[in-house]
Parts: sequence; C-alpha cells; structure tokens
Amino acid sequence: MDIWPLILLNGLTLGAVYFVASSGLTLIFGLMRVITLAHGTSFLFGGYLGYVVAAATDNWILGLLAGLVAAGLLGLFTHQVLIRRFQDDDMRVALITLGVAVIGTDLMLAVFGGTATQVPFPQNLQVALDLPVIGEYPLIRLIILAIAIVLGLAIYFIIAKTRFGSIVRAGVDDAPMTSATGVNVRVVFAVIFAVGSALAGLAGVISGTLFPLLPGQDGSYLLFSLVVVIVGGMGSIPGAAIGSALVGIVSQFALVIAPTYAFVLTFALMVIVLAVRPQGIMGRPA
Amino acid sequence: MPETVKPGGAILDVQDLNVYYGRVHVLQDVSFSMGAEPLGVLGRNGMGKSTLVKALMGFIPTESGTAAFEGQNIIGLPSYKINRRGIAYVPQGRRIFRSLTVHEHLTMVGAPKNARWNIEAIYETFPRLAERKKNGGADLSGGEQQMLAIARALLSNPRLLIMDEPSEGLAPTIVDHIAEVFRSLVSAGQAVLLIEQNLRFATELCDRILFMVNGQIAADLPATQVARDSAVQEKFLGVV
Repeated sequence: MDIWPLILLNGLTLGAVYFVASSGLTLIFGLMRVITLAHGTSFLFGGYLGYVVAAATDNWILGLLAGLVAAGLLGLFTHQVLIRRFQDDDMRVALITLGVAVIGTDLMLAVFGGTATQVPFPQNLQVALDLPVIGEYPLIRLIILAIAIVLGLAIYFIIAKTRFGSIVRAGVDDAPMTSATGVNVRVVFAVIFAVGSALAGLAGVISGTLFPLLPGQDGSYLLFSLVVVIVGGMGSIPGAAIGSALVGIVSQFALVIAPTYAFVLTFALMVIVLAVRPQGIMGRPA
Repeated sequence: MPETVKPGGAILDVQDLNVYYGRVHVLQDVSFSMGAEPLGVLGRNGMGKSTLVKALMGFIPTESGTAAFEGQNIIGLPSYKINRRGIAYVPQGRRIFRSLTVHEHLTMVGAPKNARWNIEAIYETFPRLAERKKNGGADLSGGEQQMLAIARALLSNPRLLIMDEPSEGLAPTIVDHIAEVFRSLVSAGQAVLLIEQNLRFATELCDRILFMVNGQIAADLPATQVARDSAVQEKFLGVV
C-alpha cells in the first residue's frame, strides 16, 4: 500500500482544523484591518472549556458548543471592553490583544496545568473506516473534515448571499462609505470579532479531540492561522480553505520527507506565496 | 463675511465650521445655510470643497463649529447616524463597493418597501442598473457607477442629498444624463447640495452658488449671475 494518499488525507484533516481556526481570523483581519494576537488564546481557551464540558457531561457535541460559546464571549469581551475605543489604532489593538494573549497563556497554565489533555469523544465514533486506496482511517478525522467543510460552506453562503454578508463585504471594501449608507459598522465589527473568536474556540475543541491540548498551542495556532490568512489572502473564506489545505498538506508531507524541516517548509510556503502573489492566493491587491 | 440666507426654512445651517489637517487650516469659519433649493459649491481643486462634505458626513473630525440639519447639530455624530437623520452622500470618485454586485449595493441599504425610493423605483428610474444587476461594482463603466452611487444614496430616502463632483471624469452624454436625473430629483422636491468643479453643470442645475477659495466661502451668488458674469468666473475659478 502506498502511503502518499494517507499522508494527503492526514494533511487535509489537519487543514480542516487550521481552516476552522483561521476562517475567523481572516474575517477579523479582512474587515477590521487589525491584527488580533489573542486569536490563539481563543483557540486554546475554547479547547480547554470544551474539554471540561465534554468530560463533565460525557457529551462531545456539548463540548464543541461550549468551546464555541466561551471563545465567542471572550472575543466579545475583548472587543467591547478592551479594543473598541482604539479600533482605528492598529498598534494599540495589536498591543492590547498581545496583553490578552500573554495573560491568557499564564492563566490557562495555572488553571489547566502543563500536562496534555484530550477532549473525550463518544466510543462509537472511535472506530476506523475502511477507505479505498488508503485503508483503515479513523472516523473522527473524517467527521472533523466534514464539519470543517460544512462550516466553510455555511460561512461562504452567509458572506456571499445574505444581506449581512453584503454589509460585511462592503465594510471590508470601504468602511467609512458603508457607514455613510446608514450601517453601524462598529456593530458589524463586534459581531465579526465575536464570531471569529468563537470559530477559533471551536477549532480548539476539534483540535483537542484529534491531538492533545498543550500549553503553547495558543502561540503556535496563532502563527499557523496567520500563515493561512497570508497564504490564502486576507478576508477571503475560499482563500482560508485553500491556505489551510496547503499548509496542512505541506506540513504532513514535510514530516515524512524531511521531518527536521517540517516547520521551516510551512513558512517557506508563505515566503513563496508572498514573493509571487503578495496579496495571497485569493486576496486582492490593496 | 459672505452673505448667507438666514435660518428659518433652512434644512442645513452651517456655522463657523473649522477643520484642520494637522496644522493646516483647511476650512476656515465656513458658514452658510440652505433650504430646499439646490445649492452648488464651486471652487478649484484643493480649496476645501470635499473637506466640507467630509466634515458634514462625519468622515473627518472638526475643530469647531456646528452644522444644524433640520435644527439639530450633526457635527460629531458618526456617519451612520448622520445618514439615519436624513442625509445621503454621493461621494467623489463614486466609491462603489468592488466586491458587491449592483443588486447587493441596493439591498444592503435596506430601504423600506413602501418608501418613495425602494429597489423597484430605482430600477424604474435607472433601467441600465436593472440590466446590470448581477454585475460586480468594479465591472461597471464610470457612468453606470455614478448611477449606482446616486441610487445607493437615494435608497436612504434622504431629505438632503450631498453630491460630490458627480460629473467628474464622465463623457458629455453621461453628464447630460446625470443632469437630467438631478433635475427630476429637484423638481420632485429633493434638497441637494452639489459640490462641483464643472461651472456649467453647477450653474445650470443650481439656484445658488457658493464659491470656495482657500477654505473660505468667498462669495454667495445667484447661479444665473455666475453663469453670465465672466468676471466672477475669472475671479473665483480662474477660467474665462
């Protein structure tokens, strides 16, 4: 049996986690033109909360929802209480969210400890599926891939086809002019910020189901999400999907071919995209 | 001080508006008042015309002064509140949203179905937009973009429409079409504040003309006088 299809599928399922994490960041980044450095914090916070709830209730779905809602509330708090007044000041927003990230890292270390935890999921999902070409493959990874695809399509539909989506896109294009048509762009910003953070939290639970949750993942997932957004093009959901798949696949193949350079190769991908297409694969020139 | 119409039937009453860009005093004690009659603001590039409307729309901060719209000050309000009070804006350069289709530009404004301007009324008035409703904003010609910018503003059903250089960069036939739209709006009672560099366009469409020179209102004259008095044109615009 050839291992390459297996590695490809592993890359895609890892990409699914990256996509859920980075779809929120690309919306925040694209719409508000601010970098939130607390995105990884939402990810890990959501993951831990999902773990606590899933372990306590023995219900994985409740865990997913808990991570989503908890991170969404964290995002809403961060936006409304901490950064709303400084929204036009990129540097302050970056520094404030960096502060949230640093405090969050230590608080989570204090509360959840330094050891690895994994989100429990139902016994009947802990089976392998016999796929053609690839052979046995864990069902849970396919479920997570499916969740990411459905979520991606749903976000795409909302952004592309609804009135709220039109307003969001108009805000990305020209926020002052959008405001002049009677739209309170700041409310739209708040919603997007909360939704983006909630998606990161959901990604945390999903990731915690496939892999252990560890201190430090807040930083690494912030980094991966930024790479995905830069590769895919900021503000673009299809771009985030393509970027996530690429980053996931490249890192999985790199692990097999040249494990020492796996991390470097992921960034090499970013460097190449930046050199050839600075606005990202699906991005538009500023 | 330039002579201004005394407030009374005034829709917009601007008093001593001052705007700075850094240390540059761009608008200097600008005062004027307008009723329902179309008012034109003429001036060469860089004289502060666009700054004036950006200040009125809440795009840029002001140093001092007030602008009473229907008796209530709008200076300091965010743009969306100014729009909801009843002022809509057709910006210079049109500022069409490039990732929205024509139809999405119209639906995002959310005009009430029974209002004077709803989406059906817009498509009736601008059949060209109906033909291109699925096209992206960036794919339109300059004239179509101008139509769309006007349509987008009208859907707010404003009591005051502010247009910043709607004739800029358009072919003469398109300019004539915009003028036609403008006249029908005015005859339907729409109050319009028109910012222009195009002397003929402004004097044909407006009753009164304000001249802006170096951030100040230098003159307030009837449009008919401006149209025939080349000395006035020479003095304030440098054209013969």
